[in-house]
Amino acid sequence: MNRPAKSVSLTRAAASVFAKELRVEFRSFEILTSTIIFALIVVFVFSFAFNPSAADSRRFGAGFLWIALLFASSLMLQPSFTRERTNDTLAALVLAPIDPFAIIAGKLFANFFFLVLVELVLLPAFSVLYNVSLLGIIGPLAGVMLLGTFGIATVGTVFAAIASQARMRELLLPLLLLPALVPLLIAAVGATMGLLSDSHELPLAWVAVMVCFDIMFFTAAWLFGGYLLEE
Amino acid sequence: MSASATTTVAESGLAISFTDVEKRYGSHVALRRLSLKIAPGEFVALVGANGSGKTTLLRMAALLSRPTSGKIEFQNALKFHNDDPNSAALTPAEIKLRIGMVGHFTMLYDELSAEENLRFFAKLYGLHDPNRISAEALIPAGLASRAKDLVRTFSRGMRQRLAIARALLANPSILLFDEPAAGLDREGASWLAQTLSALRKTGATVIMSSHGQSEALTLATRAIAMRNGTLIEDSGPNGNARAIIEREAAPIAGIWDSAQ
Repeated sequence: MNRPAKSVSLTRAAASVFAKELRVEFRSFEILTSTIIFALIVVFVFSFAFNPSAADSRRFGAGFLWIALLFASSLMLQPSFTRERTNDTLAALVLAPIDPFAIIAGKLFANFFFLVLVELVLLPAFSVLYNVSLLGIIGPLAGVMLLGTFGIATVGTVFAAIASQARMRELLLPLLLLPALVPLLIAAVGATMGLLSDSHELPLAWVAVMVCFDIMFFTAAWLFGGYLLEE
Repeated sequence: MSASATTTVAESGLAISFTDVEKRYGSHVALRRLSLKIAPGEFVALVGANGSGKTTLLRMAALLSRPTSGKIEFQNALKFHNDDPNSAALTPAEIKLRIGMVGHFTMLYDELSAEENLRFFAKLYGLHDPNRISAEALIPAGLASRAKDLVRTFSRGMRQRLAIARALLANPSILLFDEPAAGLDREGASWLAQTLSALRKTGATVIMSSHGQSEALTLATRAIAMRNGTLIEDSGPNGNARAIIEREAAPIAGIWDSAQ
């Protein structure tokens, strides 16, 4: 008889879902390819539209960078749950004897990982197009990017789960996601702008806002994640 | 729960009762005040036309969907045999561990191979040695030679056999099959009937829906007919299930003859 040794812990279940997400994506590259191309297009379009000087880039570049990432993430997060609908695999996940948050967490960390991959391509392109050197600030910039990306992945995964249940799911996610991410966007742009300025100072107040945002939404996802997956 | 008690639960069926269960989707009533008790080890055929509420009933039994009103309760056989009053209290995770479901869709990842699909779910169910279990589960389904192939390359019938193998991975005590014969050829339908027959001998509770007759339905010990979200006829555990199935499910010539 195939009997379980013990119930699967939240961490192990989330790790299994995370590994599955990566395996599925790296078989097709459907989401990553389109997201990277879209993010690059947005950065290119802003660059050609505004033709920014070095001074302009220090003032507005952070905004362009985060808006490109935000738009790209709304494109990327959409299939996170909708592709589980194709064969009703979401039902199979919900039916498994695991903490429902493990499903959310596995997908959240996978989305975070994919967004970081997008940023690895986006940042060099941004540096070249906007004539901004990132080498001297790479450490603190990575910290800001990771904090901002985690917030986007958390809110995006939760809203993708909500939107996937709705009839107009393709339209709903950006409508939910973009307003909810405004506080994070303001803080991320503020922190990045500080790093891109001549003084290269990291505004800790904005970093604190990002940390609070991440903790608040991650906790909410943990507490209410299970309800999001019910029909 | 003691180790021996756990074993008893695993090898016996699971009782399930619906009390005044109603399910609404907006203004649409998918299920109307349904009350039903299914004892451990019963093989129940749910028959009725499309849209009669069979799938809604099965998805609520699988804890995938919450009733709008009414309640669904699970009891295991221990309640009747064990002195420990807490032995029957199962958590949602413990109930899910005992449920195997085959739905309208395959519940499989097209981008993963047959083996990877089963291994992934074996891990989620906390099964010992997921590699061995997933490889072994493919043998009776006749898919061992296609273990490494992506599910998207499979025919409808092969996907359905894999879906059934996935549902049986953890030796469930209650099986919820929603049109499991859909897409299966004659050989696949016979394999399904044999598999269900073997499961019945283990004492598993089986609830299987169908809008058409199939070889597997001939195993039913009880038939329930549904129409427009309402239970219209129940043969009961000792009633004439065959009569209800013949009347309510679209006929396929000769299946009862071949089953006899």
